[in-house]
Amino acid sequence: MTRFIVRRLIAMIGVMFVISLLTFLLFESIPNGDPARRLAGRLATANEIAFIRKEYGFDQPIYVQYARMMKNIFTGQVYSYYQGFNVVDEVKLGLPATLSLAIGAGIIWLFTSIVVGTLAAVKAGKNTDRLLTVLSMVGVSFPPFFLGAILIYYLGYKLNWFPLGGYVKLTSDPWQWFVHMVLPWFTLSVLFIGFYSRVLRSTILDTINEDYVRTARAKGLSENQTLRRHVLRNSLIPIITLFGLDFAQVIGGGAILTESIFNLHGIGQLAADAIGRLDITVILVVVLLTAFFVVALAAVVDILYAFLDPRIRIAV
Amino acid sequence: MSDPLLEVDDLRVQFHTEDGVVRAVDGVSFTVDQGEVVAIVGESGSGKTVTAMTLMGLTRGPNANFEGSAKFDGTDLVTAPEDELRQIRGAGIAMVFQDPMSSLDPVYKIGKQIVEQIRVHNKNISKAQAHDRAIELLERVGIPRATERVDAYPHEFSGGMRQRVMIAMALSNDPKLLIADEPTTALDVTIQAQILDEVRQLRRQQESGIILVTHDLGVVADIADRVVVMYAGRVVEQGTLDEIFYDPQHPYTWGLLGSITRVDRDRSQRLLAIPGMPPSLLRPPEGCHFRPRCPFAFEKCTEVPPLTARLPDTADHLDRCWLEVPQKRELRKRGDQIGLRTKETVIS
Repeated sequence: MTRFIVRRLIAMIGVMFVISLLTFLLFESIPNGDPARRLAGRLATANEIAFIRKEYGFDQPIYVQYARMMKNIFTGQVYSYYQGFNVVDEVKLGLPATLSLAIGAGIIWLFTSIVVGTLAAVKAGKNTDRLLTVLSMVGVSFPPFFLGAILIYYLGYKLNWFPLGGYVKLTSDPWQWFVHMVLPWFTLSVLFIGFYSRVLRSTILDTINEDYVRTARAKGLSENQTLRRHVLRNSLIPIITLFGLDFAQVIGGGAILTESIFNLHGIGQLAADAIGRLDITVILVVVLLTAFFVVALAAVVDILYAFLDPRIRIAV
Repeated sequence: MSDPLLEVDDLRVQFHTEDGVVRAVDGVSFTVDQGEVVAIVGESGSGKTVTAMTLMGLTRGPNANFEGSAKFDGTDLVTAPEDELRQIRGAGIAMVFQDPMSSLDPVYKIGKQIVEQIRVHNKNISKAQAHDRAIELLERVGIPRATERVDAYPHEFSGGMRQRVMIAMALSNDPKLLIADEPTTALDVTIQAQILDEVRQLRRQQESGIILVTHDLGVVADIADRVVVMYAGRVVEQGTLDEIFYDPQHPYTWGLLGSITRVDRDRSQRLLAIPGMPPSLLRPPEGCHFRPRCPFAFEKCTEVPPLTARLPDTADHLDRCWLEVPQKRELRKRGDQIGLRTKETVIS
């Protein structure tokens, strides 16, 4: 186990190094991405720009700039070139909203897709299955900006059941927090439920033909017991993989559309704004954060695997 | 004599597929008595596994159609409602499957899988008691250090060990009837012999009836009391072990017996195959299903021969062949056309 964790940590550092380097180089080489020009503002003279370039060290070799950037990020001294705020502080500010969105939606989409996927598999070929298939397809095809806008318009603006957007801290008013999160949770979940339930349905239909499922029936277990104890347990592995990665993405600010449309001021919205302005420091920090969550949760998923499937334990 | 343990009468199983109706089992009748080992033999696709699975209710489905009856302990296994059948499955009738490598759930300890079967039929047994019983069963089927091994996972066991676990599981509720579907096919010959020993012991100790589904006549000769030979969904011949091995009446049976490897023959005669392929069960040949492959077929064979006793002295030796008995004995003597070199096998 210790060896596993150490190996995973080393891999994690390697992955994050490569990602940070690539992101840095990418935004450095993008046309119109000159940070000195951005810092100086629209009306700056050539002299002012040259001064800023020298002052901030943008004229130094790229690896020096990269090293300094990394040092700044890890000491929390990294500032937006555009608006001057401290990026790490800003990310910390956005984290509660993003976590609320990710955890709430994650629970909803995981459990709903297990229920929907299992139901579709059990009723395979029947009308229930067809209906669920259509609903899944509709869910997958609904982009959050569309579904979110519809929900806000009808349930928020017309019926006034839900607020039009924004985030209220859980600690300041739990009820308002909940009311504000319902639509974002729903919007984000719909997308994943459609996809996950399809994957689970097909995995279950494969598993149901396994010899050990036949053995379970031959033992005298009821269909329900067979399904719960033997089929579902063996079918959850691909779902857990998907969930680990998707969940990490959302925590790391991946739900850009959902966060923006509901104005949650989370990390995703921060990233969306930063990308619009080519604010490289913010982009870098958010990308690193996402990478961190993805790699960390991938490790958690591997441990969960071992829990779900004893054959993997030896390898771990 | 008391009623037989299991009485299968004119069992028919049809599956509706996209290509048409498959008559997987087409009128199969046989009985199994207490403490008796009945072997069902035949090549792949002859309907022997479907017959066995149908007795367990495992072939039921929207596309399956059943006729006939299979009486076990006062219950008709063919028509019994699912709930009733579930009480019997794994308790009164237990089954051991062909492929031990994939028949155990990979994510549970083997002990837990045995405990599950004990407790699903007897809720009064505590987990601890069931666990002790699992250890006992594992010891009985010859798993060394059963107290430790009960907590192992299936992937930590070899194929032979897993089949022992499957047998232990099948025995956990003292079944009156054990159905073993090619229990040794996937195993080494040495392991095979050990597994057959377990089966033999089960019959002795428990007086259980055993149905052994196999295509391995060596195994049949080793253990069976009676033999049912199936071909393309029908029983073509049935009788006692000696009757089938020493006075086989159906040319298909001759072919099966002829295809046993014989080290006592010339190299060219050691392994003889039945020519041709088994028929498609979607469109089986008219009349006797074996007709297209049978070197002795004649006009009458386009009618389906009934399964009856044709030998004057043995009422239980049944077959489905139009040939006259003396004619067959004569053919068998020179009939190396389908593999049967008969001098040493014929008593008559």
